[in-house]
Amino acid sequence: MIRMKKSFVGTLFDVLKYVILVLASVIAVTPVVVCVFTAFKTEEEYAQGSVLELPHSFLYLENFKEAITKANMARCFLNTFLVLVVVLTCSVFISAMLAYILNRFRFPGRNLIESLFLFASLLPGIAMQVTIYQIMYSLGLINHLYGYMIVLMGTDIVSIYLFLQFFENLPVSLDESATMDGCTYFGVFFRILFPLLKPAIMTTLVLKGVSVYNEYYASNLYLQKPELRTISTALYTFTGPYGSKYNYICAGVLITIIPILVIFLIFQKQVYSGMAAGAVKG
Amino acid sequence: MNKQPGSLKQWIMKREVQRVLIIVLFMAVPLLLLLLFTYIPFLKMIQFSFYNMKYIGERKFVGWNNYIKVFKNKDLFGSLLVSLYYMGGGVVQLALALLFATMFVFKVKGESVFKAALFFPYLICGIAIGFIFKFFYFHGYVLDTILQAFGMELEDLPLWLQNTKINNIALAATSVWRYTGQNVILFLGAMMSVDSDLYEAASLDGCNRWQQFRYIILPSIKSIIVLNIILCVSGCLSAFEPPYVITNGSFGTATYFVQMNSVAHETQKVGLASAMAVVLLILIIICTIGQKLFFKYVFNDGTEDESRSAAKARKKAAKDRKRQERRRA
Repeated sequence: MIRMKKSFVGTLFDVLKYVILVLASVIAVTPVVVCVFTAFKTEEEYAQGSVLELPHSFLYLENFKEAITKANMARCFLNTFLVLVVVLTCSVFISAMLAYILNRFRFPGRNLIESLFLFASLLPGIAMQVTIYQIMYSLGLINHLYGYMIVLMGTDIVSIYLFLQFFENLPVSLDESATMDGCTYFGVFFRILFPLLKPAIMTTLVLKGVSVYNEYYASNLYLQKPELRTISTALYTFTGPYGSKYNYICAGVLITIIPILVIFLIFQKQVYSGMAAGAVKG
Repeated sequence: MNKQPGSLKQWIMKREVQRVLIIVLFMAVPLLLLLLFTYIPFLKMIQFSFYNMKYIGERKFVGWNNYIKVFKNKDLFGSLLVSLYYMGGGVVQLALALLFATMFVFKVKGESVFKAALFFPYLICGIAIGFIFKFFYFHGYVLDTILQAFGMELEDLPLWLQNTKINNIALAATSVWRYTGQNVILFLGAMMSVDSDLYEAASLDGCNRWQQFRYIILPSIKSIIVLNIILCVSGCLSAFEPPYVITNGSFGTATYFVQMNSVAHETQKVGLASAMAVVLLILIIICTIGQKLFFKYVFNDGTEDESRSAAKARKKAAKDRKRQERRRA
């Protein structure tokens, strides 16, 4: 009898759990799904029908064509791709090298340097842009793709922490035995340790990749020429000419979302573990 | 002096030299970047805050005037109150994330689908989110249509982004939408680090779900919750994206950073903007330290699982031991 009662409460909980989860997922997905519907609608469908209606056909691609040509999206994708490749490669090496030095060597000023990086994570990024702009201006780095890349590389405290943590767990005996065999410090780093950092590198690529792909504030500030725009700032140009023609805007929004959605679906596990690992800093 | 060929190579191969070389080489770039984009701007920001200046042209030293302006101008300092909406949103977000993460720890069918649906908004670019929600809240569009389907009249519905009573709530909601899934993943990561045998043992011992949550899950994620609360408060004080891309700060939705951004780049009052940034930075540091102290006082350290009394007992034991050793010596 008691057992019956317990299982009844149990099933009630289960039902409630699924109701809540389904509801939450629907709420999370709805704003994007409506965008998908709208992006495939013709001008008349958009003007007359309800926004929640399905489009007549998911093969109507005019909105996408219009969005791609008007905002010169192909060029912007190329820019974003270049920025991603350069920034990610440099960031991984810079952070891994710094973490190696801070973790494996003891020298005067080491603690000071570590706390300098620690304190830097407290400073709010956007607040500093006022003066960073001045510095960029005086260095002549504004309106150059490489200038923008340098700015994005400069503020990378999270990945430094990730690598520092990872080095803690790599035994020093690895270094020692390699040195015994005649390896130089450079050899130890590049041949022995760097290949072992793979999980931390994956995490950095995920976290940094997402933030670079979606970055728009600095891009808006430092890349003002139309041909230098990145994906996110290209999307921002839709504000003016299209006003409330949301069928074009939604097409543009989808174009920016699709690459990251595809990558997310392929690398789901790595993305989750990367996110979780990135949280344990500090 | 040894002038044989290869002496340079030999010199480089010496371990001491190599050590210095690698330290200098590997640290040069990160330190240069750190100075160039963090500390020099930081010091310049403090310096500029005492001047009346634009990006180019004359500068005039004005002492504390900029700071006085920040505190006196209702538009500027009052905009900090807007952050309260985002803090409310932050509380909702943490609570929801905790709920979902707990659900995922106990087995759920179709877990990966639910997880992906909740997490995906985090990956969307801020500008795209801006457009999605402009469309979503637009009068007579998505949200209104959905509410009409539930029997509400279009005339009764407010203008979500223009009505000053609710527009900040609407904006804070977008932020909850965006970050809840990410928090779920963070909490879930910490919860999963607990040995799953522990849950089984607990349920065999007749623990109900609430007890499992209270005594197994909560302690294991205490430190990450504290970290998230601290991040949340500083994030709310510096809330920027939703109002910047969705309403552009109109109709009373401008947060402190949106105001600062327009002061800096539209009116080019660099000195005033710098003063605003310094004030916010001080506020954030005070809040962070205050919260750390609060958690230290309330739950010992917030990061350790040792209880206060146990910590005290341990310290006392250590002291006693030292005293004994001294006596012996």
